[in-house]
Amino acid sequence: MKNLFRISLAVVLFSVLISTFTGCKGEGKNNSKSKVVLNVYNWGDYIEETVIESFKKEYGIKVNYETFTTNEDMYVKIKSGAGDYDVAIPSDYMIKRMISENLLKKINFDNIPNYKYIEDRFKNLAFDPNNEYSVPYMWGTVGILYNTTMVDEPVDSWNILWDKKYEKQIFMLDSQRDSLGVALKKLGYSMNTRNLNELEEAKKALLEQKPLVLAYVVDEVKDKMIAGEGALAVVWSGDAFYCISENPDLAYAIPKEGSNLWFDSMVIPVTSKNQKEAEMFINFMCESEVAYKNADYIGYATPHSEAKKMLDPEVVNNRAFYPLEEDLVNFEIFEYDAEAMKDYDRIWTEITSE
Amino acid sequence: MRKNWISYPYIVWMIIFIVVPLLLVVFYSVTVVTDNGLTFTLEFYKRFFQPVYIKVLIRSIVLALISTLICLLIGYPVALILAGKGFSRKNSLILLFVIPMWMNFLLRTYAWLTLLEKNGLINTLLSWFGIKPLSLLYTSEAVVLGMVYNFLPFMVLPIYSVLSKIDRSVIEAAEDLGANSYKVFTKIIFPLSLPGVMSGITMVFMPAVTTFVISRLLGGGQFTLIGNLIDRQFTTVGDWNFGSALSVVMMILILISMAIMSRYDKDREGSALL
Amino acid sequence: MKDFLKRFYVFLIFAFLYAPIIVLIIFSFNDSKSRGNWSGFTLKWYRQLFHDQQIMNALYYTIIVAVVSSLVATVIGTAAAIGIHNMNKFKKAVIMNITYLPVMNPDIVTGISLMILFIFLRMELGFITLLLSHITFNIPYVILSVLPKLRQLNKHMYEAALDLGATPLYAYRKVILPQIMPGVITGLLLAFTLSLDDFIISFFTTGSGVANLSIVVYSMARRGISPKINALSTLMFVSVLLLLIIVNRRTSKDNNGKRRRHA
Repeated sequence: MKNLFRISLAVVLFSVLISTFTGCKGEGKNNSKSKVVLNVYNWGDYIEETVIESFKKEYGIKVNYETFTTNEDMYVKIKSGAGDYDVAIPSDYMIKRMISENLLKKINFDNIPNYKYIEDRFKNLAFDPNNEYSVPYMWGTVGILYNTTMVDEPVDSWNILWDKKYEKQIFMLDSQRDSLGVALKKLGYSMNTRNLNELEEAKKALLEQKPLVLAYVVDEVKDKMIAGEGALAVVWSGDAFYCISENPDLAYAIPKEGSNLWFDSMVIPVTSKNQKEAEMFINFMCESEVAYKNADYIGYATPHSEAKKMLDPEVVNNRAFYPLEEDLVNFEIFEYDAEAMKDYDRIWTEITSE
Repeated sequence: MRKNWISYPYIVWMIIFIVVPLLLVVFYSVTVVTDNGLTFTLEFYKRFFQPVYIKVLIRSIVLALISTLICLLIGYPVALILAGKGFSRKNSLILLFVIPMWMNFLLRTYAWLTLLEKNGLINTLLSWFGIKPLSLLYTSEAVVLGMVYNFLPFMVLPIYSVLSKIDRSVIEAAEDLGANSYKVFTKIIFPLSLPGVMSGITMVFMPAVTTFVISRLLGGGQFTLIGNLIDRQFTTVGDWNFGSALSVVMMILILISMAIMSRYDKDREGSALL
Repeated sequence: MKDFLKRFYVFLIFAFLYAPIIVLIIFSFNDSKSRGNWSGFTLKWYRQLFHDQQIMNALYYTIIVAVVSSLVATVIGTAAAIGIHNMNKFKKAVIMNITYLPVMNPDIVTGISLMILFIFLRMELGFITLLLSHITFNIPYVILSVLPKLRQLNKHMYEAALDLGATPLYAYRKVILPQIMPGVITGLLLAFTLSLDDFIISFFTTGSGVANLSIVVYSMARRGISPKINALSTLMFVSVLLLLIIVNRRTSKDNNGKRRRHA
C-alpha cells in the first residue's frame, strides 16, 4: 500500500499547489474606497461577465457574487437568515411570497433614477402591485418549442401536446406549477386556481397525456431539442431563442389559450445591511449600456427600453420572443399560496407515481 | 484494547453535528405552529400513510435494493480479480477506479444522456451495424444503470481493501487439504471478506434509497422517488414538517433493513439493534 | 485463458466507468455550447476558462475543502473506528446507527439541518461552516472503510506486542496502523471523492461568496452548462493521470529489485 500512499500524497500536494495558484489569482486586492461588501445572489450564468468588475471599478465596492439553482433554494437560505444578501434576483411568484412574508425591503426609487428606462407595461406587475419592492431584470413567456421537420401543422394550441400522432416525442417540464399550468390553460382554467375540481381535471388530463410523453425534463430539454430527440417541448422563451440559434429547424409558438408570463426581478432582502449600496447596484444594472450587455449575453427579453433599441432588430421584432401587449391577452403570472402548494404537490405526486 | 477515549473526539463531533440536527428534524416532524403556538402532533405521520406516498417509498427501496445487488454482483469479482495475483500496479488501478467520480456528477450524467439518447452515441454506433435505434433512456433500466455507475466504487473499494490482505496461509492450507477453487472461495474467501461486503452494501444501499437526481435525468421524471418527494417538501412546497416526518419514517425503515441484513453478519459488527 | 477472461472483465468495467468521461472530454472541444450539436473543434473554452474568475475561485475552494475535510475526517474517523471496534455490543450499535444518519439522509435534510444548526450557533456561513459540514458527512465513510480492516485483524497481535514490551502507542503505530492502512486510504479516497462533488449540503452551509465547483455547475444548469466546465474537468483528469504515471514510473524503478518478494 506504500505506493498508493505515495500516489495519494502526490495528488494532495499537487492539488494544494494548483488551488493556491488559482486562489491567488482570485483573491485580488481590495481597492475599495469603502468597507462595504455587497452580497449579490443570482441565477447561474445570468449576468454578463464583465458587469461585476465594472461595478467594482466604478463604485469601489467589493461584491460577493453567489449563485443559486432554483427560487426555492434561494428562498430557504434567505428565509433562514443564512446570509445577508443585499440584492437577489428571484422570479415573480417567489417575490410575491417574499413580500407576503415580509422578507423584502421597500426600495427607495429616488436612488434608482435609471428606473425610468423600464417600459411602463412592466411596472406595477401583479406580484408587486405598487411596485415598491422590485425592478424587473428579464422577462419571457412559456410556450411550445417544436421541430419543423417533425411537425408540419401549425402550432397554436396546447392541444397539440395531447395529439397521439406525437407519441413519445413530447417533452413536458418536471415542474408542478408549469405542467399543471399547461393542463389548466388547455382546459380554460386559471393557472393559479385553488378549485380542487379544476385541479382534478388537470390531473386527469396529465395522466391521459402521460403515455405520450417521452420524458419530464428540466434544463436538459434544450440539448434534447437541439439534438432532435423530440418533436415538441414546453420551454421558456429565452431558452427557445437559444435552441433556435443552435438548430434552425426549431421554432417557437405561443398557444392561443394563453400561457405563463414570467419575470425575474431584482429585490433587496430584508437582511441586507447595505441598502444604499444595493440600490446603487440595481441602478447600475439599469444603465442602458449595462442592461444591453446583459440582454445581449443572456439572450432573454429585456424590459429596458433603451437596451432593447440597441439589440439586433431581427430579434426584437420577433413577436415570439418580444410579444406585444396584444399577444399577451390570456397570459398569467404565477401566484403563490402556501396551502395551494400542498394540493399541487399531492396531485403532482399522484401523477408521477403512476 | 480498552482505549475508548480515542473515539471521544468523534463522539463529541457526532453529538454536535449529527445528533442535534437529527433532533431538529424529529422536532419538526412532530410539532406544528398553530394559533396556540407550538403543539405536538402526529398529523404528518398520518399523512404519510396514504397509498400514493407508500408506493413512492416502496418503489425507492426496491430500486435501491436492485442497484445494490447489481453493484455487489458486478463489483465483487472486480475486487477479487484486482486483489488477486496477476495484476501489477493494483494501487494505481484502484485509484483509476475512483477518478471518474472526481468529475462533476451532473456532467457525467449528462454524458450518459449523450450516450443513451435516440440519436446518441450508442445508437449511432449500433446503426453502423444496421441495428435499429433502441430506446435506452427513460426506463427503469437506465435509472439502475445510473445508480450502479455512481455507486460501484463505494462497493468495490471496501471489499478490495479487505481482500487485499487475506492471510494467504489459510488459503494455502485449504488447498493442501484438497479444496478446489470453488470451495476455497465459498468457505474461506467470501466469509473472510464479509466485513468489507457489509460496508459496501451500507455505503451503496443507504444513499441509493434517497437519491433522486439520477432518476430525474435518466428516468425522465416518470416516477417520484422518496428523495425527490422529501426534497420538494423542503423547497417547492415549504412544508418542512411533512418533509421531516417523511425523513424520519425513511430513516427508521432503512435502519430496520440494515438490521435485517446484518443478521447475515455473524459477529453483528454492523448495526444490529435487534 | 482464465487470466484473459479476468483481464477482459476488468477492462469492460473500466470501459463502463470511463465511457461518459470520454464523452465529456470530447465535448470540451465542441464549438457549440450545446451537447446536442457538434459544430467543430475548438480550444476556446480552455482559453475562456482561465478568465472566468468565478470558476477559478470555486476550484480553489473545492480543492482546499476536499483536501482538508478528507484529511481531518480520516484522522477523526480512524480514531473513532478503533474506539468503536472495542466497544460493547449495545454501545457499538447505538453509535453505528447514529453514524449511518449522514449516509442515509437525503442531502437536503442534512444540508438544511446543518444550516439551522449553524444559524442557531450564530456562526456566519462561509468557509468554516462549509468545511465543518464536509467533515461531518465524510467521517461516516471513513469509519465504514476502516472498521472491516479492524475486524480482519488478528486480535492477539496487539496483546502480543504489548507482551513483548511495546508501549500502547508504539503498538498502535507499528502493529495496528500498518494493517488497517488499506482501509484508512480507502476512507480518505472516498471522503475526498464525496467532498469534491457535493452540491446540496455545500449550497446550504456556505456563504460570504464562498462557493464550490458543484454549486457553480448546478447553478449553471438552468441556462446550460458551459463547456468551460468540461474543459476544467478534462484538465483535472489529465493532471491526475499524469501524476499517476509519474509516480508509477518512480516506484517501479524502486520495485524492480524487490518484485520477487511480494508475489
